[in-house]
Amino acid sequence: MSNQASTLFDKVWDAHVVRKIADGPDVFFIDRHFIHEVTSPVAFLGLESRNIGVMYPERTFATADHNTPTINQHLPVQDALSANQLKALETNSAKYGISHWGLGHARNGIVHVVGPENGITLPGMTIVCGDSHTSTHGAFGAIAFGIGTSEVEMVLSSQCIMQPKPKKMRVNVNGTLGKGVTPKDVTLYIISKLTTAGATGYFVEYAGDVFRNMSMEGRMTVCNMSIEMGARGGMIAPDETTFAYINGRDQAPKGEKWDEALAYWKTLKTDEGATFDKEYTFDAADIEPMITYGTNPGMGQGISRNIPTSEQVEGGKSTYDKSLAYMGFHENESMLGKKIDYVFIGSCTNGRIEDFRAFASIVKGRKKADNVTAWVVPGSHIVEAQIKEEGILDILTEAGFELRQPGCSACLAMNDDKIPAGKYAVSTSNRNFEGRQGPGARTLLASPLVAAAAAVTGVVTDPRDLL
Amino acid sequence: MAYDKFTLLRSTAVPLPIENVDTDQIIPARFLKATKREGFGDNLFRDWRYNGDDTPKADFVLNNPIYKGKILVGGHNFGSGSSREHAAWAIYDYGFRCVVSSFFADIFKGNSLNIGILPVQVSAEFLDKIFLAIEADPNAEFEVNLEEQTITIVSSGESESFDINGYKKHNMINGFDDIDYLQAMKGEIKEFEAERIY
Ligand code: SF4
Repeated sequence: MSNQASTLFDKVWDAHVVRKIADGPDVFFIDRHFIHEVTSPVAFLGLESRNIGVMYPERTFATADHNTPTINQHLPVQDALSANQLKALETNSAKYGISHWGLGHARNGIVHVVGPENGITLPGMTIVCGDSHTSTHGAFGAIAFGIGTSEVEMVLSSQCIMQPKPKKMRVNVNGTLGKGVTPKDVTLYIISKLTTAGATGYFVEYAGDVFRNMSMEGRMTVCNMSIEMGARGGMIAPDETTFAYINGRDQAPKGEKWDEALAYWKTLKTDEGATFDKEYTFDAADIEPMITYGTNPGMGQGISRNIPTSEQVEGGKSTYDKSLAYMGFHENESMLGKKIDYVFIGSCTNGRIEDFRAFASIVKGRKKADNVTAWVVPGSHIVEAQIKEEGILDILTEAGFELRQPGCSACLAMNDDKIPAGKYAVSTSNRNFEGRQGPGARTLLASPLVAAAAAVTGVVTDPRDLL
Repeated sequence: MAYDKFTLLRSTAVPLPIENVDTDQIIPARFLKATKREGFGDNLFRDWRYNGDDTPKADFVLNNPIYKGKILVGGHNFGSGSSREHAAWAIYDYGFRCVVSSFFADIFKGNSLNIGILPVQVSAEFLDKIFLAIEADPNAEFEVNLEEQTITIVSSGESESFDINGYKKHNMINGFDDIDYLQAMKGEIKEFEAERIY
């Protein structure tokens, strides 16, 4: 069967199956495991109660991010429960010999930002973490997905999980993106077409010119959001852009090991003639800067459009009405000009250097609107350092923005960065669920450019008018 | 985690006819700060269930004493969003052992099976029938038979079969979990690991 055309996904998946169970899942080997403070403590408790250890501690990496404050990180964490979780991560990591980049560590940051930027994430790997946006790492041609805490315990104790092999989907986007259209818009567009459940049961490969021409940061943004259409993960075949990004990073292979790895990575692509269970093709020219108007990431549209009527969308009317009522929006209204209270730029979706460059390109020479509270949160200390080195911090300061310290922050609002009830936030994160950014908070998901345009005008604004 | 064996469940059900019930609704992030698995049931559907001042919202189904039981019936695409197993723990801790919907998000489904909640996926038509049966009589009973892979509306006898893979079914019926299985094959995993390029 070795001559049969196979997909990138098949190649990586099949290389990691330790055992196939008849009428059951595959026993699936995990190369890299990331853990953070929120979804790991119970897994460690489980190890203790069963009296089993960590099988390969060098394959697990711990970073604190979900629950950390984004100001005054040098002070003790105020919230006792958060402090307790951070402590548990530190203690458990030390006990089992797991590398731990805790609060204040120079390489600390959001797990899906630090993995790639330190060369821990590599093509052809299997990567899991107790966070659904683990799909981010698929940008490197890895199979990466989020797992639950029981599975975290499985990986710690056996480096394997039990997974039925998902079906395969390919999403092609061809052509050239218009002015002001970013990777975030591409992914929000795809999700709006497929809906939040459109890719459930599938693993997605993104293909076509648009992804070939995209930076690694952009590819990460796209793969990150795969879960928002229900997919377990998304991946993009590695190419010269990928290799150039990895080369020289802290934990990337070096010397002979690099040559060996590179030769393997070059085989990681879908063969001509390989088949997918489902395939979609979109035209880049149809994609505008996007914004969401509802309470799931599939409820997005081109920023210049009016909010659809319930007849125009799939799903039940009562669910749709409930969603618009929560947002305080009405059918057929224009999104442009809607007043904004908060802007959040950051998260593992858009918290990388390229995102802050984009944000700065609009705020440069302008001022933050008085009615807007802005939270500018880098994805990691390394990103934070880049922001300073490149002079972006000066642009931000000049325009009246403050830079905070790295962490998940308002993406899930576990720390103090909560949007107050009823307030509107343009957010570069990934979920606009009810209460995601704080009880009663109303989230409009968008790109760093749309966020910047809102931050300087105080209302939803088409960034193309400011570029 | 060791959990109760699941063979046959006969119970009334709690209806939640909302689509895309996401894990942030099931258990909001601010309640994920515990380092233990128990106790999440108190905050199940927190923001739908309670007002900002912690008083119960009268119109939410969990606050309506006429609805009770070990089966939760949700709308299409139940459990989308985050990978937090806390969502499944909260449902289990509250007392549910089975969730019925016409479609489940992947991770939620896997998490449920791993902790002893049976996700039962039925057709959209059958889901409607279940909702109608509860509407007609909040005390309507349902029978979930894992061995036979069927769910039955007891009053009318209408029944539908559901899918589950043989391995998971065996685990649930016997109260086994994946970790037991993996521990037993460590030798094989070691050999595999030795061959990995990274
Ligand atoms: S930024 Fe948001 S999505 Fe990303 S890891 Fe943190 S909480 Fe998860």
